[in-house]
Amino acid sequence: MSRYSAWSVFKNGLTGNRGWERAWRDPEPKPRYDVVIVGAGLHGLATAYYLAKNHGVRSIAVVEKGWLGGGNGGRNTTIVRSNYMMPGNRFFYEHSLKLWENLSHSLNYNVMFSQRAHVSLLHSPAARDAAARRYNTMRLTGSDGELWDLETLRREIPHLNYDNARFPIIGAAVQRRAGTARHDAVAWGYARAADSLGVDILQNCEVTGIRREGSRVSGVVTSRGEIGAASVGLAVAGNTSRLWQMAGLGRLPIETHKLQAFVSEPLKPLLDHVVVFGVGGTHFYISQSDKGGMVFGGDLDWYKSYAQRGNLPIVQDVAECATSILPCLGRVRLLRHWAGVMDMSMDGSPFICRTPLDNLYLNAGWNYGGFKASPASGWYFADLIANRRPDPVIEPFDLGRFNRGLNIDERGAGPDPKLHG
Amino acid sequence: MSARRLIQGGRIDREKSLRFRWDDRVLSGHPGDSLASALLANNQWVLGRSFKYHRPRGIMSAGVEESGAIVTVGKGDRRVVNTKATMQELHDGMEASGQNAWPSVRQDLGAINGLFSRFFSAGFYYKTFMGIPPFEWGRGTGMWMWYEKFIRRAAGMGNASREPDPDHYDHVHGFCDVLVVGSGIAGMSAALAAAEAGLEVVLVEQDWEPGGDLLGQYGAEAERRRQGMVQDLQTAGVRLMLRTTAFGLYDNGVAGLLERVTDHLKDPHRDLPRQRFHVLRARQTILATGAIERGIAFGNNDRPGVMTADSAGLYLNRYGVLAGEQVVVATNNDSAYNVALDLAGAGAEVSVLDARARIPGRLSELAADADVNLRNNCTVMKANGANGIRSVNVAIRSGGTRSGGTRSGGAWKAGSRQDCDLVLVSGGWSPVVNLMSHRGVRPTWNADIACFLVPEPHEGIRMAGAAAGCWTVNDCAQSGLSAGRAAARALGREVTIVDAPAPGGWESPIRPLYEVRIDGWKLKSLVDPQHDVTSDDVRLAHREGFVSVEHLKRYTTLGMATDGGKVGNVIGLALMAEALGRDIPEVGTTTFRPPYTPVSIGALRGRSVDTHFRPLRRTPLHDWNLAHGATMTMAGLWHRPWYFARDGETISEAYVRETETTRRAVGLCDVTSLGKIAVQGPDATEFLNRVYTNPFAKLPIGKARYGIMLRDDGIVMDDGTTWRLGETEYFMTTTTAHAAKVMAWLEELLQTRWPDLRVHVTSVSEQWSGCAVAGPKSREVLAACVADGAILDNDRFPFMGVIETELKGGIPCRIARISFSGELAYEAYVPSDYGPAMMDLLWAAAAEHDGCLYGLEALGAMRIEKGHVTGAELDGRVTLEDAGLGRMGSENKSYIGSALRKRPELLREDRPRLVGILPRDRSQKFNAGSILCHPDAVSGLGEGWITGVTHSPSNGHWIGIGFISGGHEAWDGKTAIAADPVRRGNVEVEIVSPHMYDPDGEKMHG
Amino acid sequence: MIRIACPFCGERDHSEFTYGGDASVVYPPLDAPAEDWAEAVFLRENIRGMQAETWHHVSGCRLWLIVERDTMTHEIRSVRPAHPGIARALGINVEEEA
Repeated sequence: MSRYSAWSVFKNGLTGNRGWERAWRDPEPKPRYDVVIVGAGLHGLATAYYLAKNHGVRSIAVVEKGWLGGGNGGRNTTIVRSNYMMPGNRFFYEHSLKLWENLSHSLNYNVMFSQRAHVSLLHSPAARDAAARRYNTMRLTGSDGELWDLETLRREIPHLNYDNARFPIIGAAVQRRAGTARHDAVAWGYARAADSLGVDILQNCEVTGIRREGSRVSGVVTSRGEIGAASVGLAVAGNTSRLWQMAGLGRLPIETHKLQAFVSEPLKPLLDHVVVFGVGGTHFYISQSDKGGMVFGGDLDWYKSYAQRGNLPIVQDVAECATSILPCLGRVRLLRHWAGVMDMSMDGSPFICRTPLDNLYLNAGWNYGGFKASPASGWYFADLIANRRPDPVIEPFDLGRFNRGLNIDERGAGPDPKLHG
Repeated sequence: MSARRLIQGGRIDREKSLRFRWDDRVLSGHPGDSLASALLANNQWVLGRSFKYHRPRGIMSAGVEESGAIVTVGKGDRRVVNTKATMQELHDGMEASGQNAWPSVRQDLGAINGLFSRFFSAGFYYKTFMGIPPFEWGRGTGMWMWYEKFIRRAAGMGNASREPDPDHYDHVHGFCDVLVVGSGIAGMSAALAAAEAGLEVVLVEQDWEPGGDLLGQYGAEAERRRQGMVQDLQTAGVRLMLRTTAFGLYDNGVAGLLERVTDHLKDPHRDLPRQRFHVLRARQTILATGAIERGIAFGNNDRPGVMTADSAGLYLNRYGVLAGEQVVVATNNDSAYNVALDLAGAGAEVSVLDARARIPGRLSELAADADVNLRNNCTVMKANGANGIRSVNVAIRSGGTRSGGTRSGGAWKAGSRQDCDLVLVSGGWSPVVNLMSHRGVRPTWNADIACFLVPEPHEGIRMAGAAAGCWTVNDCAQSGLSAGRAAARALGREVTIVDAPAPGGWESPIRPLYEVRIDGWKLKSLVDPQHDVTSDDVRLAHREGFVSVEHLKRYTTLGMATDGGKVGNVIGLALMAEALGRDIPEVGTTTFRPPYTPVSIGALRGRSVDTHFRPLRRTPLHDWNLAHGATMTMAGLWHRPWYFARDGETISEAYVRETETTRRAVGLCDVTSLGKIAVQGPDATEFLNRVYTNPFAKLPIGKARYGIMLRDDGIVMDDGTTWRLGETEYFMTTTTAHAAKVMAWLEELLQTRWPDLRVHVTSVSEQWSGCAVAGPKSREVLAACVADGAILDNDRFPFMGVIETELKGGIPCRIARISFSGELAYEAYVPSDYGPAMMDLLWAAAAEHDGCLYGLEALGAMRIEKGHVTGAELDGRVTLEDAGLGRMGSENKSYIGSALRKRPELLREDRPRLVGILPRDRSQKFNAGSILCHPDAVSGLGEGWITGVTHSPSNGHWIGIGFISGGHEAWDGKTAIAADPVRRGNVEVEIVSPHMYDPDGEKMHG
Repeated sequence: MIRIACPFCGERDHSEFTYGGDASVVYPPLDAPAEDWAEAVFLRENIRGMQAETWHHVSGCRLWLIVERDTMTHEIRSVRPAHPGIARALGINVEEEA
């Protein structure tokens, strides 16, 4: 892999940019790999990268039915944060944030992680106390977090709706190390880095079957032929249940729902932070991309769906939220809205775990928070596959937790996938 | 450059002048002008700057695909940025200005970026800006964030106002049989056909005049035809909506429409909404959305003075503006000939460079007649000029086939230079299939006419006219008729089906030409002029492996600009296909996302903004509370009294007084917001017994019981009291927060799980006003208000008793003796309209005992003293045992959640349990949200947390409740640390029983 | 917008309803063992394609409905009240529909 740098940009610029190599190869599938990861999304690519990098696995394929990074990795609102408090989630997401902080350097690819602060607006003393519990937990576990009073918030973001809001703003809970990243770059960066370590990324290679031999899998059947594997890892977000059923494993604590995302026309800098608004049954988040688009989103469409397109009620809902906290946005135009399909789990928390089959591993249930999780998800999933046992950090992320009575439920919403986030 | 208004022609009203401001210049136009046509009439060429290189941008089209003339319209808080001048109707006094430039679009210092464009190739930013240059040393995000500041300032387009949008917007809900999008000849024909079949038809047109292409055609015949059809539409009862864009198609025939109501008015009436967002539910939809002319990628094809051929015809025929005197038309198809002839007829010197080898006989004759200079096998290789066009270099088709394939249009060699001041381009036409794409339909490539089409209807949606690839006026009319009839037939009307014409219609076929490339020449040809995506960028993306169309789009940002790829996408695809050595269909197409054209966020939100963002719920006692000094607070959607300050009291002083008064004498509190559900029917008892964790089978008539409901997974859902009013009738109360959820849950159980139970549930939350009467004097107060005070004797009306009676004045009332405060207390409910009357009675009686009104703050203080749980504790993760309510879980029956509450993790002894918390140093305060830690380890996840604190008037110091591992027994005699790093730091605390006031309940029972 | 033909109210926007969940889930008797309950409460078939699901007409007649809907295209095949007695009262033959 030739290194990217200001120097390489300069040098290639002088020679008509003809010297750039492919960011990743387009290899033919080999008959067999040590590890086959299904799904070249952020989680699958990161897993392949860390398998090669941390564990020295040299024979890895990532198979992808479409184009790499084409799922939720390329459809999300790019927020990176670690403001989780539940046992299980807390240390996992903190590790992820730490990986994010050096990800551009590790991958030699600018993923544009900008720690522009994640600002959750507060509207009542009770909400402030609930946030205090969360942010205190973060502080006590080595993360950062703070409460802003109204005066600080007004200074930082002067154009919020302080004077005429249905739910008056009283302050904010803030994680300064949180921010946004360039989502596509993360997929490309992981793909390029994994490829350079010998990982075969097989695009347009749809898995149509999983070969089983008793309590083991022997490989996958794909649109580009059969591929044998000593271990298989699934990282396919909204399509997890379908792959699971291909392996003959029945049902999962997962439902597939869709989440919409929105971007406005590009504007000169209007908002420096990630702002989150959630009160009165709403949920809304907004930031401004480096290109200038206001990137925002809200709740799920509330009904199960595999369709990557949304409907109007949520469009209205997010527009209401957007203008309610930033009244200047009324005259700003929505440029595009789209949707992705999410594997919503029964407690809003993920699975990185072994399965009933000895050499099949599952990475799923990211709800709509998978983007920020991807580095740690790859890190620990790779560790699980390489060592065939979960690291203590991800022990709670197993499929048996519901039978044991462990719900990692950040929202306290109960076993109803559409209510998680 | 010499665009000018002709002395005649066009659809503008020459009698009237409109004065408008463009940057620092005052110019004039006419009613009927677009901002673009008015600027062109004033010979204004540099109107914008591109995103990355700040190259000058002029008018490139006359429609929604505009990528150059993107400006800011309006001033101050009314300014609208990123407006396409081609779509903005001119009005008197309009203020428009350039954007993305400093000091102005004409002299922009940012243009220096263009000098470095060789380094700013596609995706260069992914390769640098990570660390210290030149080798990206360092770690962390610091360097990137330093660079990012400058990048963000340079990026973006318009500078949006930070002031609140002063306008308002409306939502409209509509229904129709057939929605027709586009009022060109196809759309009007389709609408007429459907209307004549007796259907209710809505025809939407984004322009301010109906007619589509007819508006841009020369001569009286086109206008007669247009007027005739508009007349027919009116006669047939078609609802024509102008200035309305169908921006998205959603499930089940639902279309999102944006109607621009006042954007074209100088002084709109203040009651008019700026825009209306219509949700239209159509049973059938016809998309007569036309087609958009493509450009050709040649050198400097983005210079001001290069525009699509069709738009020059429109500026001439619709606006009476001749865009240039010396015109070069580069085409590869027949459509540009009409424009060439019209321009020549208006006095321009016109050369047509036709890339095709053979030129249709009739067209060449017409050209000769009109003195149009016509050359075959020629096109433009490069435009010359900085802020306008001085000349072009002509490219001549060379004999051999250049290596690397010919798909993008064959091999060319450099020809002579030709002077001109306007370059018109027609590289073919792209039917507007965007709305079909919203439905998940992938268009298919038609190689004969070189465009994407959606030939088959889908979900009752049909394409018609140019949108279906029909290029002639007559074909469009027939295509519209065919679609209109087909829609009528689909809706069961007896109509004769008409065949749709085959796509195409030109005399001689198009010869695809996407890019002109000549060995040895460095040509900067743009595929996406707004985002500065060049042909070389597409090839670079290919070289680096970004070959999937979605990778191409994301890596180069091709098609991501405000025109949504309407101009550049097909060229980008063609170039990628060439690089891959494949055909366009093998490369595929990107999915178009809604909206078709950008939509104001204000329109989408409608009236739900500011204080109307969500409904505000007020109890029937709202005004009464305010009249008696309440300060209100939010409780979900409700406004509830927070405290009743007297004589300048602070909130702390007020709630302490209210608590003390209530505990000493009596207090009244509006509890109307609690959920109230009538549970009725022969099986009501059995139902409640299954829903609540504690036994309800033997609750006598005239008694209430506190009950807890679990979710299926055994976690606490809600709590409240349920009153037995009769053999088959109960009155259930829920928490304020969960009223709606509990109601829906009970309905779900009855309708989906237990349909055999004969029970009916009805929400009566809004039927009853409620008041808590609490304190040692509460019995006296209530006795003074009921018709017969004797019924309140302790014997007749013991703790948890229920009576239905009348208040004085014949007010029907139901009362239960229940207590949240821990005092002798009652909750009294009257039909809602009697609420204020009840309060008057109770308040007069309470005054006799020096009583008070109390709000949520005092309520919270008393419940914390008492260790009663609320939503802060029952947060959806807590079991009965966690909340100290394990005894509420019956072992003698099964109920919702009884199976799953016994899962091992939920039964662990070391789970956090509800406790009371006292500061070790009683003078200290601590906060809710603090984490309870072991004194040896004030770090990590902690041992528990604090959910509520209050200054306890009864104890004279701060107290709290919360949860800690193992409960208070495990912490007996030990110290814990309440850690609150986000606010105050650490406080040493003692852990005690949560029942910190009258633990044996003597007062409630007294 | 999904349009749901409520058997009581007529065709309405889905925003009047709330989505319940997979209607094929059979909840065990209340006294069934925890394992049976865990299966019903936590495990889902998660069908891509036509599935039976519950919707609540929460801003309308408040009927719980069983809707057969394609989770990929959102096309609706049938709608009936979840409660068989209500279905009968509305003249919907539950056996046939099911």
